Amino acid sequence: MTEPLAPPKRKNPLKRTQLPMLPQGIRSRTAHGLTLAAAEGRFALPACAACGAIHYPPRDACPKCLSARIAFTDTSPSGRLAAATTVRISPDVYFRERMPWRIGTVVLDVGPSIVAHLHGDVSEGDRVRLALHLDKSGQAVMIALPAKDTPNMADDPQLRELTLDPKHRRILISDGRSAVGAAAVRAFAEAGASIIFVGISEPWKPLPQRDAWSKIKGVEIMPLDVTDTDSVQDLAAEIGAKVDILVNTAEHVRPGGLLERRGVTLAREEMETGYLGLLRLAQSFGPVMKFRGADGQNAACAWVNVLSVHAHTSATWPGFGAFSAAQAAMLSASHSLRAELRSGGIRVVNVFTGPLETDWFQAVPPPKVAPKQVADAVVSALKRGTEDAYVGDVAEDIRARLAVNPKALERELGS
Amino acid sequence: MASKPKGSSKEKPREAPNPEEGPLLAFMSAMTRGDIRVVDLTQTLSPDFPALVLPPELGQCAPFRIEEVSRYDERGPAWYWNNISMSEHSGTHFDAPAHWISGRDLPENATDSIPPANFIAPAIVIDISAKAAANPDYELSLADIETWEVANGRIPANNWVLLRTDWSKRSPADYVNLRDDGAHTPGPSVAAIKFLVDQRKILGLGVETIGTDTGQAMHQSPPYPAHYFLHGAGRYGLQCLTNLDQLPPTGVLILAAPLKIRQGSGSPLRVLAMIDKSSGKAR
Repeated sequence: MTEPLAPPKRKNPLKRTQLPMLPQGIRSRTAHGLTLAAAEGRFALPACAACGAIHYPPRDACPKCLSARIAFTDTSPSGRLAAATTVRISPDVYFRERMPWRIGTVVLDVGPSIVAHLHGDVSEGDRVRLALHLDKSGQAVMIALPAKDTPNMADDPQLRELTLDPKHRRILISDGRSAVGAAAVRAFAEAGASIIFVGISEPWKPLPQRDAWSKIKGVEIMPLDVTDTDSVQDLAAEIGAKVDILVNTAEHVRPGGLLERRGVTLAREEMETGYLGLLRLAQSFGPVMKFRGADGQNAACAWVNVLSVHAHTSATWPGFGAFSAAQAAMLSASHSLRAELRSGGIRVVNVFTGPLETDWFQAVPPPKVAPKQVADAVVSALKRGTEDAYVGDVAEDIRARLAVNPKALERELGS
Repeated sequence: MASKPKGSSKEKPREAPNPEEGPLLAFMSAMTRGDIRVVDLTQTLSPDFPALVLPPELGQCAPFRIEEVSRYDERGPAWYWNNISMSEHSGTHFDAPAHWISGRDLPENATDSIPPANFIAPAIVIDISAKAAANPDYELSLADIETWEVANGRIPANNWVLLRTDWSKRSPADYVNLRDDGAHTPGPSVAAIKFLVDQRKILGLGVETIGTDTGQAMHQSPPYPAHYFLHGAGRYGLQCLTNLDQLPPTGVLILAAPLKIRQGSGSPLRVLAMIDKSSGKAR
């Protein structure tokens, strides 16, 4: 049984902050099939289309029949832990700071034997399930988990290196006035976050949730307007070094394509809040988060963007065309951010949603996504450590259609 | 802020204004002697100052924003400067007649065509701060104007009327004073603004609040009467003023020159009041 994680001790201010080190992060192009599956929280292995054999590690030809027709396929992760080892000394700069570290060989029911990290609750001979996760370098690795969930299993130190669990972590929600941001306050409180900073723009406007939030332990309402560089810089100066997970919920949704709008005022607002807001947050909070990627149990670990699924350029929604474009700019920027934060071990998570159950999508017929559903999906993605999460029927449907034929999707959404 | 007398009093004995001096020279001498106090009626332009709130489906005026271009750094080693962006109606600002539909067809109705002599004009100050403190929806009444005229004489034509409410002393939330039925801030009644425009031929109305109208002015008839009548008569508005409590009821000269924006509907600006040193209230 895993010991429940204790709230982290306060940091000793006389000690130098450890620099973030990364596990080995080089993969072959073929092996990125595992990265894709891990990013979405799936378990997939290369399977031969000719003979059906499943193999590991990923190869360009089937080790059984030499066919090159290989596709990563979701498979059963069940198997048996054949051997377990505790590594006590390592020359690797990342692992030597985390010793001892357990690894073992899992014989999967579908065939391959795989060397994997071990959860603390598995022992030699146990039935286990393998899970694909992204490590601090953003690459796919496997960990053997107990066949059935055990108490406090998420608190296992080796598993927690691979997830972004909000428990005992300090969260910044960039816009508590957005529907998703407001819903996220409660979701993070329920997930055991220690502090939830809630950014509130235009503090002179009424805040209906103020009383309810003041009753939630750990919630701190902070002035933050992502359209105002001074405001973002001021808050980063105040709490930048205390943000372990930043969740950008700022949004500016308005209907309309390019032609039916008069002028660019609205589009500018969408870009100010969306793309430039993300940039301002990144420039002010990114560097210190990147520096704090290995700051003990108080380390920074994740950056979450809540995006419309129409951020994908082939999924532009002409009815909300200018909004889609601003979202696309954010998605593009998120990929840069992911690459730039990687050296600090900070993972960037994108949560894609379809139209929300909010005022600005009033005229859009269901299915729509409740803000709470998105907030729960953000927490769930962090707990699972996934990189791309799709919430609700519309987002799921568009992801599926994108994977098959992006051009068809463009035509369908544009008709 | 009073301008300090230039030079030491020992250098020259103080003399009475020379009757031979022309009017401008007399004014300049008075300024130089420090006999005129300059009061800054302007709020600091900053992103923190509240912006006007309209229903979200309408076009929104951009708030004031400032982005550093360089600050003695790799972007410009020896100089500091910023890019700023804002609406024509951000912070302490001037409303031109073209701002309102009632003034759209008037001549000289925009920031670039208003006769510049109108940017320097006398002002009278009506104090309704006590009534506004008791009732945020307080509307300046004809009776208030009558009371003021009994005490100070008839409001002269082509004067600014500055409405002191002490609203500028409030916290940002109380300043905007938003409730679920909109903003609650004081301003003129329909009758009062009609009277000031038609009967007293004022140059314009200056207020401490975010608009020349009350917060609930959409429910007056006509809606937004100050905007409607002032601008329909080619008159002006000044908004988000401060320090009106430092001014006497009469004997105020206002310098309020908007930026010369082509076809501008208004402009942020510095508003300065000049008063006799002896008449100003102690700070």
